Amino acid sequence: MVSIRASVKNKVLETTGHMECDFTQKKLFILSHGCLCFWSSYSVHGPRHEESIMNLIQKEVEKCDSLSGFFIIMSMAGGTGSGLGAFVTQKLQDQYSNSLKMNHIIWPYGTGEVIVQNYNSILTLSHLYRSSDALLVHENDAVHKICAKLMNIKQISFSDINQVLAHQLGSVFQPTYSVEGSCHYRRNPLGDLMENLVPHPEFKMLGIRNIPQMSENSLAYSTFTWAGLLKYLRQMLISNSKMEEGIDWHVRPPLSRLPTLGKASLNRELQFNTSIANLVILRGKDVHSADLGGFKDPALYTSWLKPINAFNVWKTQRAFSKYEKSAALVSNSQFLLKPLDTIVGKAWNMFASKAYIHQYTKFGLEEEDFLDSFTLLEQVVASYCNL
Amino acid sequence: MEEGVVNEILQGPLRDVFDSKQLITDISGSGNNWAVGHKVFGSLYQEQILEKLRKSAEHCDCLQCFFIIHSMGGGTGSGLGTFLLKMLKDEFPDVYRFVTSVYPSGEDDVITSPYNSILAMKELNEHADCVLPIDNQSLFDIISKIDLMVNSGKLGTTIKPKSLVTSSAGAVKKRHQKPFDAMNNIVANLLLNLTSSARFEGSLNMDLNEISMNLVPFPQLHYLVSSLTPLYTLADVNIPTRRLDQMFSDAFSKDHQLIRADPKHSLYLACALMVRGNVQVSDLRRNIERLKPSLQFVSWNQEGWKTSLCSVPPVGHSHSLLALANNTCVKPTFMELRERFMRLYKKKAHLHHYLQIEGMEESCFMEALSSLSGLIEEYNQLDATKSMPVEDFPRLSVAM
Repeated sequence: MVSIRASVKNKVLETTGHMECDFTQKKLFILSHGCLCFWSSYSVHGPRHEESIMNLIQKEVEKCDSLSGFFIIMSMAGGTGSGLGAFVTQKLQDQYSNSLKMNHIIWPYGTGEVIVQNYNSILTLSHLYRSSDALLVHENDAVHKICAKLMNIKQISFSDINQVLAHQLGSVFQPTYSVEGSCHYRRNPLGDLMENLVPHPEFKMLGIRNIPQMSENSLAYSTFTWAGLLKYLRQMLISNSKMEEGIDWHVRPPLSRLPTLGKASLNRELQFNTSIANLVILRGKDVHSADLGGFKDPALYTSWLKPINAFNVWKTQRAFSKYEKSAALVSNSQFLLKPLDTIVGKAWNMFASKAYIHQYTKFGLEEEDFLDSFTLLEQVVASYCNL
Repeated sequence: MEEGVVNEILQGPLRDVFDSKQLITDISGSGNNWAVGHKVFGSLYQEQILEKLRKSAEHCDCLQCFFIIHSMGGGTGSGLGTFLLKMLKDEFPDVYRFVTSVYPSGEDDVITSPYNSILAMKELNEHADCVLPIDNQSLFDIISKIDLMVNSGKLGTTIKPKSLVTSSAGAVKKRHQKPFDAMNNIVANLLLNLTSSARFEGSLNMDLNEISMNLVPFPQLHYLVSSLTPLYTLADVNIPTRRLDQMFSDAFSKDHQLIRADPKHSLYLACALMVRGNVQVSDLRRNIERLKPSLQFVSWNQEGWKTSLCSVPPVGHSHSLLALANNTCVKPTFMELRERFMRLYKKKAHLHHYLQIEGMEESCFMEALSSLSGLIEEYNQLDATKSMPVEDFPRLSVAM
């Protein structure tokens, strides 16, 4: 864990001290002060501390019997997480080129976290697009809504938000059976996930949706069926809803008879979320009885990938958390198109006004570098748009 | 520089706060002359000051920033203070320089204050990373308001035995005799709140250099209007803290600003909210959403908010808020200063006191004036965009 200050380190050690995880002093790397912006951490602090950080990583890697890959958790809006995260990912690419890397990115709130968050975000995303294999994105706004509407929390704290994040990650990465009917657990969920969901390097953005998600009180009064859960999950996917409340049921898959070109623009009009690939993970009772036909409809997917390749399912009888039945969906789809387009637009307006540029150029970043990042991301936006 | 001033502090209750090795004095002051402070004392004491600075800096594991607290109207604070600023920039270029400047009010007693202020402004423009302008009149108004609240007994409470002024008896009376203590207390609280996130833990930390990073979009425009709420925490009175949302609303009212300015009716370039106490991110977001419609932000920074949450509240209260705004409402202060300067300069009044100092020429005044005019012009250009419709710049188009 790389952190910027001793108080964070102390808090982490204090919180994890009584847990069974392995966070000890030796595994923490502390920078003495905060990093201002993406570039200050990427180009200045990263290289300065490269050896110590990579040594720490190497120690952990050597302890592994079999290294599946790296899972890097970072935020995008600030200075440390964004820049150092991108820097470390780049170094991992250089040093462990055969290992897979997935970056878990926290997409900032639309308003009011960090003023230069749009700059930091576009710089981070463009760098990660070059060095990472997959980007698993969690949007703060979406998670905040889940806390408010589904969990009924009145005064939402970061601790509540982090709990939802942990729950969603857990629902994906907890063990599942490797093959239908087998009793062997999947050995490499990270690798399998990426193999299933990232068929093309141009399309790396993944999102998670979970059902059900509710507070303890509500849970007592609810019963679930696989049919119901999967119906909601499917509609959440195609209408680009981040949670099971407020779903737009009017959005329907388009008729598959249309030619490809017409399909893309029609989908945009209908606000239909086209997928490249989907992975559904089912946990709980009677999991074998779940009918996943709805996810195998070719209309859900882009034309260049058939459902048999685009769709996968993982199962386990073991219930997750307090839910008797639960389903998670990891998807590579257009879900992040609008937020990405928005961030690029805002960053571009700021860049065109030359605002805050001097704060980055003083650390050695040039306007060319900004332009490179913009170009790469406009390409990504266009690619996802034309699915 | 004046020995008398330093000795008084060393005999007061705060004597232990100051390290005696860190004090530099001369016999007399600068005679309200920026040139004496900057050129004469500057060159005289340069080595000594540098020596003491280096010694202190060496003790630091990680030196983040320097705070300079000075006044603009006099000679020492203004002249030597800005000399120090330049020295810090040369010696420690990577360390941020935060300057808290007390600007002269309309009715201040130093006749040459416009000269001193404008000469100092040039230095602040060029060498400071962030300036927090304060003016005595606003501080005095705030103190009067607090006194009114206390005396009217509206909130029906008593003053704490140990109030900000030293003696317990006749605390209110003593405050009038020593109004500067109360006013200084406000500025002290400003600095405490500013640094609280760096000193204590919280769910959303903010280092001091992040303030500069997020609030200064263009190098010259680094003047931040500050406001503190709740105000009565500053008088150390035992009044129950008002509702959280009210605290946020107050921070944007012109009565709570530490300089005479009305940010609500001017253009925001950026705004930082530093909250202390038991406040969660959802409270913060809710209030930002609520206040946003009534505030005007520049077109390329419509969501120009920087927030921080520190879990440790100020002593004796459950929460507090410091708002720092980079807002064009500072312009009138600078324009007024320029007007007062021109009134004196046109008649060449008192100019000889400055020109007789070695190194001072009339061109220094002209340069300082042009620096200030340049700054005002930048604010003018931004204000001009206020009424224009918000248009997005055309994006890069990609060939598919």
